[in-house]
Amino acid sequence: MAKKYIDVAAHFDTNGQIIPIIFWWDNGKCYRIDRVTEIRRAASLKAGGTGIRYTCRILGKNRYLYYDDYARKWFVEINENF
Amino acid sequence: MERTILHCDCNNFYASVECLYHPELRGIPVAVAGDSQLRHGIVLAKNYEAKKCGVKTGNPLWLARQLCPNIVFVRPHFDLYMNFSKMCREIYSQYSDRVEPYGLDECWIDVTGSTWLFGSGAAIANSIREKIKSELGITISVGVSFNKVFSKLGSDYKKPDATTIIPFNDFRKIVWPLPVSSLLFVGRATASLLERKCIDTIGKLAQTDRRYVKDWLGKCGETLWLYANGYDTSPVAAIGEQPVIKSIGNSTTMPRDLINYDEMKITLMVLSESVAARLRQHNLQCETVQISIRGTDLSWIERQEKLAAPCCDSTTIYLKAYELLKKHHQNGKPVRSLGVRACNLSLRRFDQMSFIPSVQKSRSHEAVEEVLDNLRSRFGNKIVQRGIMLTDAALSALDPQTNYHNLVLSTVHSQ
Repeated sequence: MAKKYIDVAAHFDTNGQIIPIIFWWDNGKCYRIDRVTEIRRAASLKAGGTGIRYTCRILGKNRYLYYDDYARKWFVEINENF
Repeated sequence: MERTILHCDCNNFYASVECLYHPELRGIPVAVAGDSQLRHGIVLAKNYEAKKCGVKTGNPLWLARQLCPNIVFVRPHFDLYMNFSKMCREIYSQYSDRVEPYGLDECWIDVTGSTWLFGSGAAIANSIREKIKSELGITISVGVSFNKVFSKLGSDYKKPDATTIIPFNDFRKIVWPLPVSSLLFVGRATASLLERKCIDTIGKLAQTDRRYVKDWLGKCGETLWLYANGYDTSPVAAIGEQPVIKSIGNSTTMPRDLINYDEMKITLMVLSESVAARLRQHNLQCETVQISIRGTDLSWIERQEKLAAPCCDSTTIYLKAYELLKKHHQNGKPVRSLGVRACNLSLRRFDQMSFIPSVQKSRSHEAVEEVLDNLRSRFGNKIVQRGIMLTDAALSALDPQTNYHNLVLSTVHSQ
């Protein structure tokens, strides 16, 4: 598993909560996040690092999206040979 | 009422954080080490794989490589460690309002009042361990006891990722057989003195007559005797409680050995400027200046002297430091590292006007340096420099205020 930083468009609500809406893959394709089912701080042991972990429903599948609040970057865990 | 105090210790803190961010390093010997080019090449932290090969904190890199040929050295990232330390404390503060840090990777937590909410001390300890592991990806060891000293012993007792309980009823069985050196504040010198008196375990120290221990070690000895008997009553500080600063100092190992005084002057000036700026930042002034000199043979001396009047300007501190250096250092003997420390601190608000010319001069220096502080906070520490700094770029490149690893801040907690 490796770490892949991605571009994300997010909604910052009046309570200060950040909810990701869309993210872009490096081939330019964009994916809409249908629903965020869980938000919690978690370590990514596979990709390395820690951050706010969003469990997202994307195209009918659950995916983890991390916001590294120290580096201020979004990342996902991907297979090394992806 | 019996207190419930936890001591949480992050296992191999620096190395664990580095391994978390570099999954490819997991399972192989790793050491976090300083830059050998800048002659900071020692092991700062290591993981369990490196420890198994005999690598110790403080080992020079060549020795670590000799002990463990496949060891991987990584550069430290102090900002990252400080951020992790902050996140750990945020987790601890979910369980109590009494969280007292002890360095970056250790904390005491008084959960006496929280046991009604979260369960016993052991249950809270396990909950904290699980939370840190899942949220931050590192492991901690927790000691649970009725005072700070025994909880610290507990966290050292079993590692990694473990909880050790030292209850009041049973502490003699667990603590007393341990070597006396494992007790908090028993260093190498104290341990060897006690060993000469045939005291090699905490139990033997506890059973020795209190007056004898006081005779051998003074007031500290009495404190150690109380600790050994479980009579430590010191409270855990509340979150946000600022510790009282006892002294402020900076030290550095120079990029090359210094032989003549003109070179040493540059380093002393850099260190004095940093110390003075930090004094003003905390609204403090010092009455004593201390220097430390380490030679190429690693011999080390510390010398101090009082100032004519309390001050917080770099010129006065520098002049005193230079005077001490000339007095106590043999001319021509190479110097590896230098340190400047301001001691005997007091608050600046009780400042009295003076008619003594040297004190008046010091006050005017302070006024100028406050303007410089303002400029440096806006544009960086290099925006205004003294002329002496231009004579040697390598020596004046040191920036102690922004390099965490050069920063030494001694504190004592208000009791």
